Amino acid sequence: MTSIGTGYDLANSIFSPDGRNFQVEYAVKAVENGGTSIGIRCKDGVVLAVEKIVTSKLLKPGANKRIATVDRHLGVVYSGMVPDGRHFVDRARDESRSWRDTFKTPIPTADLANRMGSYLQAYTLYQSVRPFGITAIVGGFDSELELPVDGEVGSGPSCGAGGKDTSKKHGGPFLYMIEPSGLYWGYYGAATGKGRQAAKAELEKLDLSGEGISLEEAVKEAARIIYVAHDDSKDKEFELEMSWISGADGPTKGKHQEVPKALREEAERLARKAVADEDSDEEEEAKEGEKMEE
Amino acid sequence: MDHRPQAWGRPRDDIYGAYDGSYLQNSGPKQATQSPVVTGTSVIAIKFADGVVMAADNLASYGSLARFTDVKRLRTFHDNTVIGFGGDVSDMQYLDRLIGEIDIDQEYELEQLPDREAQKSVELMQASNLFTFLRRQMYHQRNEFNPLWNQILVAGFDDEHKPFLASVDLRGTSFTSPSLATGFGAALAQPIMRKYAATDEDAARLTRDQAVDVIKECMKVLFYRDARSLDRYSIAVVTKEGIDLKENEQLEKQSWAFAERIKGYGTQTV
Repeated sequence: MTSIGTGYDLANSIFSPDGRNFQVEYAVKAVENGGTSIGIRCKDGVVLAVEKIVTSKLLKPGANKRIATVDRHLGVVYSGMVPDGRHFVDRARDESRSWRDTFKTPIPTADLANRMGSYLQAYTLYQSVRPFGITAIVGGFDSELELPVDGEVGSGPSCGAGGKDTSKKHGGPFLYMIEPSGLYWGYYGAATGKGRQAAKAELEKLDLSGEGISLEEAVKEAARIIYVAHDDSKDKEFELEMSWISGADGPTKGKHQEVPKALREEAERLARKAVADEDSDEEEEAKEGEKMEE
Repeated sequence: MDHRPQAWGRPRDDIYGAYDGSYLQNSGPKQATQSPVVTGTSVIAIKFADGVVMAADNLASYGSLARFTDVKRLRTFHDNTVIGFGGDVSDMQYLDRLIGEIDIDQEYELEQLPDREAQKSVELMQASNLFTFLRRQMYHQRNEFNPLWNQILVAGFDDEHKPFLASVDLRGTSFTSPSLATGFGAALAQPIMRKYAATDEDAARLTRDQAVDVIKECMKVLFYRDARSLDRYSIAVVTKEGIDLKENEQLEKQSWAFAERIKGYGTQTV
C-alpha cells in the first residue's frame, strides 16, 4: 500500500498530495470483508438480502437480524462493521422521526438517502472521528396513493380538484447505496460486501432497467445471487436474511417486512439447485476440455 | 424625540401618551390552554359478548358554529384498538401522532424476533396497554398545567383477551365501565346504555347486533337533544377478528314528533 508510512493515512481531514483520503479508503476495506448484501429494485417493489456468516454455532439461528426497518416503508441492509451499521439504522430512524415531526408525512426514500449521505460525509471531515465502516443499501416504497398527513381528521371540500393534478403519478420503489465517503447513488440493483463482484455480475444479467422483473422473481433472484456470491472455501455456513417492500396493492401493503418463511425457503431451495446445476455444468465443461486436449 | 434603544418601535409618548405596559404580559404566571377551541362532542361506547362498539359524530364545532362536518374522531391502533376523542380537535391530532410514533417504535421491537411466527404469537400492545399510556400522558399534562383538552374512550381487549373499555379525561381521571360516554352523552346516552348493560354480566349477554342497535339509538337521541351534534357519524366494532370502522354513516329513522310537545322557548304562540 502506497499510503503506509507517508503519514497521510493517520487521520481524516488530511488529504494525501494526490488528493485521496486514506481513512475513507481503509473504511472501504472494512466493507469489503463483510458478508454480501444486495438490493433489487423491481417493477412493483424492492427486495433486500444479506449473507449472514455464522460466526459461532452458539448463536441462535434466525436471531440477530441484520436488515432493519426505518419508519414503516423503508429497509436498510449493510455490509461491514455491524456496530457501525446499527448506529446508521438508529440515526436513520431519528431522521425519519424528525421528518415526520416537521412534515407530518413519511420521509421519501430519496430524502432519507440524502440525509444519511450527509451524515456519513460529515464523518470524513474531522480528525476526532473515523468514517463509517459500512456501505448501506436503503430500499423504500414511497406511497403512490395520496396518504392523509399524520393526525388528519377530515377530507376537505367535497367538490373540485383542490389543486390536484390526478394525471400525475407519484411514489414508487427506490433503491440507494451509501458508501463510507458519503457518496450515494440511486440504483436498479446494488451489491456490497465480500461477494459484490459476483453479485454485481449476476445483477447486470437481470432486466432491471427496462421492463423490470416482478417482486416474487426478484426474491428468487436475490436468494440465488447471495448463494452464487457465497464463497464456500472461505466461509462454510451462512444464513440468508431477506426483506421486501411492495406498493399498497402488493403483498406487504407499502410496508417493509421480512420475506415470509415459506417463500424464503422456496427461494433458497431454488437457489441451491441453481448453484448445484452450475457447478456440475462447469465440471462437465472441464471434462470436455480435457478430452479435446487428448 | 426619544432616541434611546428601549424606545425603538414604541408609540411616541409625546403623541400617544405614556405607553401602557400592562398589555405586555411578560411577567406573572405562565398561561397554557385555558379552554378548548375546535371541539368534538360526545363519544359513546358499549361492551358486548365478543367486543366493543363505539360511535362519535363527524362534527367539529367552533363554539356554537358547526365548523367542520367531516371530522373522523374514531382512531384505530394496530387493528385491535379503537380510540374515540371528545374535546379539542388539535389536541386529538397531537395524540394521534403520538400514538403513530408508538406504533412505529413497537414494530422496531417486534422485527428483532427470530421469525414471523414468533412475532404473531408475541402479544401486541393491547387496548388496555395503550390506555395506560394515554392515562399517564393525560395526567402528566395536567400536572404541567397544560392539559390536553380531551375526553377519551379506549376500546379493545385486555391482557386476558376480554373486552376492554375505559375512559380518561383532561384531568387524568380514568375509569372503566360496561358502557361509557363523554360530554353530553354522559347525561343523555349513558342512562339508555345502562338499561342494556348495567354490569359486565349484562354486557356479556348482548350480541353484536343488539349492541350496534343500542349505540345507533343513542346517537339518534344525542342528535335530537345535543345542539352541537350532527346526523353523520362514525361507528366502530372491535372484535378479535379486527376492527370494522365505518366513517360516514347517516342517522336513520329519525322521528321529530316529540318536538311538537316541547314548549317554553322560541317563537311559539300557544
